[in-house]
Amino acid sequence: MIELWRRFAAMFHRRQLDAELEAELASHLHLAIQENLRQGMPPEEARRKAMIGMGGLEQAKEEQRDARGLPAMESVVQDLRYAFRTLRRDAGFTTFAILIIGLGIGASSTVFSVLDTLLVRPLPFKDPGSLIWIANRTQVDGDLSGATVQVGRLLNLRERNKSFSDIAGYFAFYGVGDSKLSGNGEPERLSAVPVSQNFFPLLGVQPQLGRQFSAEECKWNGPKAVLLSHGLWERRFASDPDIVGKPLRLDDADVTVAGVMPASFDFAAVFAPGTHVDLFSSFPLSQETDRWGNTLALVGRLKPGVAIGRAQAEADILGAHITAENPRANGLDPKLTFLGQHVSGRVRPALLVLACSVGVVMLIVCANLSNLLLARTATRQKEVAIRMALGAGRKRLIRQLLTESIVLTFCGASLGLALAVGATRAVAHLDAFSIPLLSGVRVDGVALGFTLLAAVATGLVLGMAPALQAASIPLSASLGQRGHSEGKRHNWIRSALVVSEIAFSCVLLVGAGLLIRSFVRVLEVDPGFRPESAAAWRIDPSSQYKTQAQQNAYFDEALRLVRAIPGVQSAGLTDVLPLGHNRSWGSAAKGQTYKDGDYPSAFVRVISDGYVKALGMTLKAGRDLSPRDTPTSGTPVILINETMAHRLWPGQDPLGKFVAGACGVDRQVVGVVGDVRHVALEQGSGSEMYLPIRQCQDWGSVDLVVRSTLPPPVLASSVETSLRSLVPDLPKGGMKPLTQLVDRAVSPRRFIVLLMAGFAGFALVLASLGIYGVISYSVTRRTQEIGIRMALGASTGQVQGRIVMQTLGLAAIGLTIGAVASSGLARALSGLLFGVTYRDPFTFLAAAAVLLGVAVLAGYLPARKASRIDPMIALRAD
Amino acid sequence: MPQESRLDLLQGTLDVMVLQTLAAIGPLHGYGIARRIEQVSGDQILLNQGTIYAALVRLQHRGWITAQWGTSDNNRKAKFYSITRKGRKQLAADVAYWERLAEVMGRMLNGEKA
Repeated sequence: MIELWRRFAAMFHRRQLDAELEAELASHLHLAIQENLRQGMPPEEARRKAMIGMGGLEQAKEEQRDARGLPAMESVVQDLRYAFRTLRRDAGFTTFAILIIGLGIGASSTVFSVLDTLLVRPLPFKDPGSLIWIANRTQVDGDLSGATVQVGRLLNLRERNKSFSDIAGYFAFYGVGDSKLSGNGEPERLSAVPVSQNFFPLLGVQPQLGRQFSAEECKWNGPKAVLLSHGLWERRFASDPDIVGKPLRLDDADVTVAGVMPASFDFAAVFAPGTHVDLFSSFPLSQETDRWGNTLALVGRLKPGVAIGRAQAEADILGAHITAENPRANGLDPKLTFLGQHVSGRVRPALLVLACSVGVVMLIVCANLSNLLLARTATRQKEVAIRMALGAGRKRLIRQLLTESIVLTFCGASLGLALAVGATRAVAHLDAFSIPLLSGVRVDGVALGFTLLAAVATGLVLGMAPALQAASIPLSASLGQRGHSEGKRHNWIRSALVVSEIAFSCVLLVGAGLLIRSFVRVLEVDPGFRPESAAAWRIDPSSQYKTQAQQNAYFDEALRLVRAIPGVQSAGLTDVLPLGHNRSWGSAAKGQTYKDGDYPSAFVRVISDGYVKALGMTLKAGRDLSPRDTPTSGTPVILINETMAHRLWPGQDPLGKFVAGACGVDRQVVGVVGDVRHVALEQGSGSEMYLPIRQCQDWGSVDLVVRSTLPPPVLASSVETSLRSLVPDLPKGGMKPLTQLVDRAVSPRRFIVLLMAGFAGFALVLASLGIYGVISYSVTRRTQEIGIRMALGASTGQVQGRIVMQTLGLAAIGLTIGAVASSGLARALSGLLFGVTYRDPFTFLAAAAVLLGVAVLAGYLPARKASRIDPMIALRAD
Repeated sequence: MPQESRLDLLQGTLDVMVLQTLAAIGPLHGYGIARRIEQVSGDQILLNQGTIYAALVRLQHRGWITAQWGTSDNNRKAKFYSITRKGRKQLAADVAYWERLAEVMGRMLNGEKA
């Protein structure tokens, strides 16, 4: 133990110990010579004998050093020192290498962190593996009414099933900004999610302060209570530790603060990506709420040992039973998915594509660096040969060269880690992207480990080829060599690396190209409305407007005030903006009978006159709604879209026909409007019907949509000023430009496209640098050859031509391999594509053209340099 | 040449010789130790004098000997080594071990011959 410590300590006093040893050996020699002289030898002979007796000074020193220190460790330290020294000497190369490794590792660590958060890390709930998302099966994706469950059905299912220990739900039709908080300070619109009493206990989430909802609070007309989100508590209430039990004024009613949720609980990140939720209210599971129809999104917890398949089988049977018992209520046809899958399922394919891409980028980085290192080793052949001649072992040399590349990658990895930390922070704050769990993305221990592993692997992979090569060169060859003729094999490796770089870049370019073209196609989709120069404000009538007549007067006044603003072209009201929540009702042609399972349904919008114009929809036939469409105006009216017209009255004129039982009564079709993509830009509209807001009170919220030529800030302030008298607590900055809705809807796609394009661009830069490096290196080595050719009469053009052709040859091989690989891999993308097939010839050709262009450029620069070589100088050069 | 008939040093024997030398004649410098071993062995041992320094540093690390700079007989600076109490204990143990080994080896080899 002590010995080990002394040996270790000795490593740090090298210089002093070496000096002492030097002195000791000198005195040893001196003593030996003195003795020899005393024996009568001549001085020369005395010295020679003394040296022989000593048996090799250097050897003695080495032996003593080995005995005194830790030889294995010392040589590592030595290798490290040597590596740093050589790397510092070659600052340009080092900077470049560290930069690209940093970018590569930074990118892969970031993507890994995102992947880890979204796909690997369990949801932040208790035992998340047994949490199940329960939704009704729907025909149309995004039909919230179809997917949610009626209160009574939940109660039946919860009572009778044997698979779940409990089932809870939240009110899925809560709106962002639905609740108005007034009193103490500026009035503010908040997003509140009504949840069933057992919702948080089921997830295993405890309030950080206070308590869960009581049974009393979850009764219809019971005392009202809310749980605050951590964010709201911090922001609005300055983290008041005594907040529990205090009253708040919410939607003109008094509520009590029951507690504060912990910061780790982020409802929106899991259930409603891209939004945020401020507080939670209690949702009564009562007869009253049962009458609201399908409202609940359900989460169940499986009993221990119950498989999801068994639970599904039971739910199928129970669903059919429960539906049959009470056929007048909405059907129950539950589909079970693991909550984790439900949350990340939509983004999963995109993430896997990203992971593969970043892997390819990493491969390109390795190929590129390998190439650079090879070039370096080639110029260092003599150094290596001399060291071997001086007795360095082959193993030791390989270790030395590997140390160098590992030092490089570790420097790169540190940079990469810094980049990854920055990038994950940025990603976590991408509020505009509706991607689940994004706010939880961070570089944690797992990601750190990944980075470390990536660095070591990279170092070994890219250092291996040059190290082996350098150590395998026969001594005589490299010592005798003058350093200008290239080995065939050597050239082959370098060319193969460049070819692989081009092939990999081709794959990335094609992938990015396909996604970009899909993105453009999505943006080109005609959504059925014009989002430009239109904006919306939330203006729900407050509780003082109780009767329908009072509310209608409020609507009239609001529209009158806004329309009076100069520059406002049109204004209208709606209960749902496009690309938001969607509810649907059964909607049939009056007098028509339908087969079971074929009963038509339509998305419901409740709107006022002027909305069609304000949103920029097209009126295809008939008339718009009018302010005179009131409860007392005679026949109730309705607008329908073209799809619904075709569905209900194929080949007939729908105007004047009646839709049965829409918002309580049969309604006459007075107009047909164009389809609007309400669900998603990528998805057709389905049937839609527009009910007059003055005749139908079944709306949850009211948005005012204004179309105007005014610049947004001016519009914002004039609308807010003119509404001030009518809506005194209209929050400032409540304007939502409609373009924002579209942006949000395409945000996940844009996220992927941006990353892929970034990767492809990076790959392209690396590939071009790789080509440039290889070509210019071979030009430098062949300076003499080129000089001779030119002296013998080759023209500048011929010299350039030959070199460019060499480049193109490499590029062509790379492209061929890349094209084949991409056509195979692009198929994996097909789920993410829109409006293009994975074989899109335009994309493939464009990728090829870009790569060829880059190759020509990267080859031309060294070619031009070569053609300027003065033959006389070239011939004289070493 | 007589060189060929010289004995190669067995692993570990040099350490014992150094300890024994220091125990027998007190503090001594590296050259002195090497010469002394050569003389006592009757020039029968193949000793590169340089090897002695690796042994010296090893023994120092183990705490069996200590070193101090001093002046040699002819007024030259030299490093003098002396055995420690711990070194003497170790030497006693080593001596016992070697004596047993030598005796056993002797018996073995004589027995084989007889």
